[in-house]
Amino acid sequence: MKNLTKEHFHTHLYPSPFHSRTEPLNKLNQWGRWKGYLSADAYTDISMEYFASRNTCGVFDLTPMTKHLITGPDALPFLNRLMTREVSKIKPGRVGYCVWCNDDGRVIDDGTLFHLREGVYRLCSQEPQIDWLLTSAIGFDVDIVEDTHDVAALAVQGPTSCAILRKMGLNGLEMLKPFGIEHYPFEGTELMVSRTGYTGDLGYELWIDPSHAEALWDRLFAAGQDYGIAPMGGEALDLVRVEAGFLLAGVDFLPAHEAIRPDRTRSPFEVGLGWLVHLDKPHFTGRRALLEEKRRGSRYNFVKLDIDGNKTAEHSFILDKRENYVGTVTSAMWSPSAKANIALASLEAPHGKVGDEFLAEVYYQRELKWHRVLAPCRVIDGIFFEPARRKMTPAPNF
Amino acid sequence: MKKYDAIVIGAGHNGLTNAAYLAKAGLKVLVLERNSYVGGATVSRELYKDWIYSNCSYVCSLLRPEIYRTLNLAKYGLQVVPYGGSVTMAENGDFLGSYIDHDVSRRELERHNARDADASLRFDTDIMRQCRLIRPFLMRTPPDPTSFKPWDLMQLLDFGREFLKLGEDVIYDTVRFYTMSIAEYLDEYFESDLIKANFAGPGIIGTALGVMSPGTSYVLLHHAMGDVDGSMGAWGFARGGMGAIANAMAACFQDHGGEIMTDAGVDQIIVKSGRVTGVALENGDEHYADLVVSNLDPKRTFLKLMDEKDLEPSFVEKARNFKIRGSSGKLNIALDGLPEFPQLGKDNPLIAGDMHFMDSVERLERAYDDWKNGTWSKDPYVDMLIPTLTDPTMAPPGKHYMSVFVQYVPPKVHGRDWTDEDRDAFGQTVIDQIANYSPNFKDLILHTEVRTPREIEDEVGLTEGNIFQGELTMDQLFFNRPFPGFAQYRGPVKGMYMCGSATHPGGGVMAAPGANAAREILRDLRRPNTVPEGWTDD
Repeated sequence: MKNLTKEHFHTHLYPSPFHSRTEPLNKLNQWGRWKGYLSADAYTDISMEYFASRNTCGVFDLTPMTKHLITGPDALPFLNRLMTREVSKIKPGRVGYCVWCNDDGRVIDDGTLFHLREGVYRLCSQEPQIDWLLTSAIGFDVDIVEDTHDVAALAVQGPTSCAILRKMGLNGLEMLKPFGIEHYPFEGTELMVSRTGYTGDLGYELWIDPSHAEALWDRLFAAGQDYGIAPMGGEALDLVRVEAGFLLAGVDFLPAHEAIRPDRTRSPFEVGLGWLVHLDKPHFTGRRALLEEKRRGSRYNFVKLDIDGNKTAEHSFILDKRENYVGTVTSAMWSPSAKANIALASLEAPHGKVGDEFLAEVYYQRELKWHRVLAPCRVIDGIFFEPARRKMTPAPNF
Repeated sequence: MKKYDAIVIGAGHNGLTNAAYLAKAGLKVLVLERNSYVGGATVSRELYKDWIYSNCSYVCSLLRPEIYRTLNLAKYGLQVVPYGGSVTMAENGDFLGSYIDHDVSRRELERHNARDADASLRFDTDIMRQCRLIRPFLMRTPPDPTSFKPWDLMQLLDFGREFLKLGEDVIYDTVRFYTMSIAEYLDEYFESDLIKANFAGPGIIGTALGVMSPGTSYVLLHHAMGDVDGSMGAWGFARGGMGAIANAMAACFQDHGGEIMTDAGVDQIIVKSGRVTGVALENGDEHYADLVVSNLDPKRTFLKLMDEKDLEPSFVEKARNFKIRGSSGKLNIALDGLPEFPQLGKDNPLIAGDMHFMDSVERLERAYDDWKNGTWSKDPYVDMLIPTLTDPTMAPPGKHYMSVFVQYVPPKVHGRDWTDEDRDAFGQTVIDQIANYSPNFKDLILHTEVRTPREIEDEVGLTEGNIFQGELTMDQLFFNRPFPGFAQYRGPVKGMYMCGSATHPGGGVMAAPGANAAREILRDLRRPNTVPEGWTDD
């Protein structure tokens, strides 16, 4: 969306570079909005789209994902000051999941950091971050631009994703390790492929100049014809990401910059991302507060819950055995792959150790009659559904 | 002569609100209004056939929802309809729009400055935090910080608690917010001159201060702390003009047995043996009551309607020193059709929102320089609206009414009184400015009402034409409004009360001062409270 004219107001939501391809496939005409873009919520049937990503291959248009390009001599020291994790461990050609905080050690956002080439990074985040990145860059010799609109991106996720991409001509892709990046020539431009995704399954993300977006889509879908390729909307993606235990900003935590009530913010420890906090590295934004939190203890624990029964615990209160409030479910679903009733929840400390048992207060209706059930649930470790193919290298064909 | 329980002087929205709650409590109340119509500055007037002007106040956001509901204003015909967006047109042909759609609005900020688009979220969050701090206290009587009465101490404690709820940073921010200039405050968020100019406007509306004067960031907050149906910071039109608000309040009051007398200007508040006994009208009539509530500003109330000998000299000094400087003017224009603003592009919806002509904070400050020099701004700041694009009741179909709020307009021109020639020259300045952006504007004008502080004072009664009944500066807010020691709505003599915008929480069509004063009066009378309490945000 470079060179915006002052007449841009005529278009409320901008079409993605894939729109000419996604639009005819959107049989339901169900569009949502995502950071100013028109984004498909569902194409045909949420359940079928979900199963495509777990059984064959689902394709999700992630162009609207906010992207920033970070370059310059101080790119690494800058990122190390910004992020809670040790960024130097993310080698060129690798991707790292990151979280960054404000001075108070509260999460501003999470995202993926792509070390594209030596000293060249791309940061993908849910929320726009340019103001914070530029503020954080004071004193560093770095160039930071938001280039969301300059890169078209597709998530190609599911068991047959590697086979499809190889058929499309991406030779040797099966050897790309999880969180690896590879570059391929594509019709006169460069196609970047990363073995990343928001599904917790075997899958890739493709990054290309928007002028080649349609060609990429066409080649991909032609290659995937015999491999069950199907477009996937935002609603199906939201199901697989919960199964994978991935957080969604604004749903599972409130980005610190949006918090009007300051007690609503969370530290990385409080959203289950303590493993991304490397307190042993030199100063980074929020370190002092996080050291203090480590000493005094966190206010919340973020947990995965396995809930008895099959009633989805969306927005449920979590109660202790005496039915006192201990927390709230942030995301919940019936997992068709784990065949389990699962939820992500924020619990008041000290509640939330693995094995702790609670009650989920679930409201559900059957034929318009509402019922309330206190479903026993327990805190589990690990991921709800994690197929072996997710981490296999070479990647399997299905 | 009939004796009333209470006499309210002035049928503005606060006087009517006050009277309605007193009447609801069973008091026999008389409202006296100098004009032949009610409303004060909350009024709709047909000054040109078939056109209805909101000729003073023109938009609605601050009106407290609990008052709306408990006075049943909907039942008495009031409808508040939100309108969309705002735009600041720059001299170079560009503009900055705030669209109703948040994605379009964000993209518009991005068009000017990508970083500022991001920073605007931080800005909104910080403003919202301040709104959350202040809103619970709008419908409460300010505690006196020098008092050791349990009630005052409890209230102060409550205030402290609200602070702590918002976190330590908010305490630092609040002090800064109430003392900084809007220009300085915006510098901490934004880079683009046009974006800053756009956000700076609400910091000076109704205020005889410049965007670079300390204290103007609070004025911005004062314009952001209202809501329409819970949408904080949103503004709307009262359908049928602002008079619809006052008319609904008057109808509610009368439904509860209240009596309104128009063309009944008060000449004097009668005080006998240190307490009020009633009022004497300009026509010589006298009306008696144990309570007299003044909806007028303190200068008018204490320096004109009361005998200064009935007051303590130190109190008279306070009234004299009260800051109530005129800074605003208004044009109400009947238009034969819709004016075009070519620089907005075709079919831009922002023509239905607030329109401004400004492109930098410096240009806004220069408009203030003229005021300091004793004349109206040659390149004024306007807040211009075409209500008829939203409200079908104010002009015939296809015709339009334009409301143009103008800043800065001094209460006197180079120290002397306004003349009709001055007024017309001022009106022409504004019309010329609009015409710079709208080529067909002048040809469409059917009728113009030009109001300088002189007209506002003469017709509405606001001293110096100050729309807020006194500056909204830190020294005149909360427990200092209108004066230190007199912020709890009680006047200087027994039985005398104040209920206008000069009292906490200040100006704008909020009605909270009137309601708060009613609660204090009922407390003194040991009557059950009819004023809503505890409608706080969560």
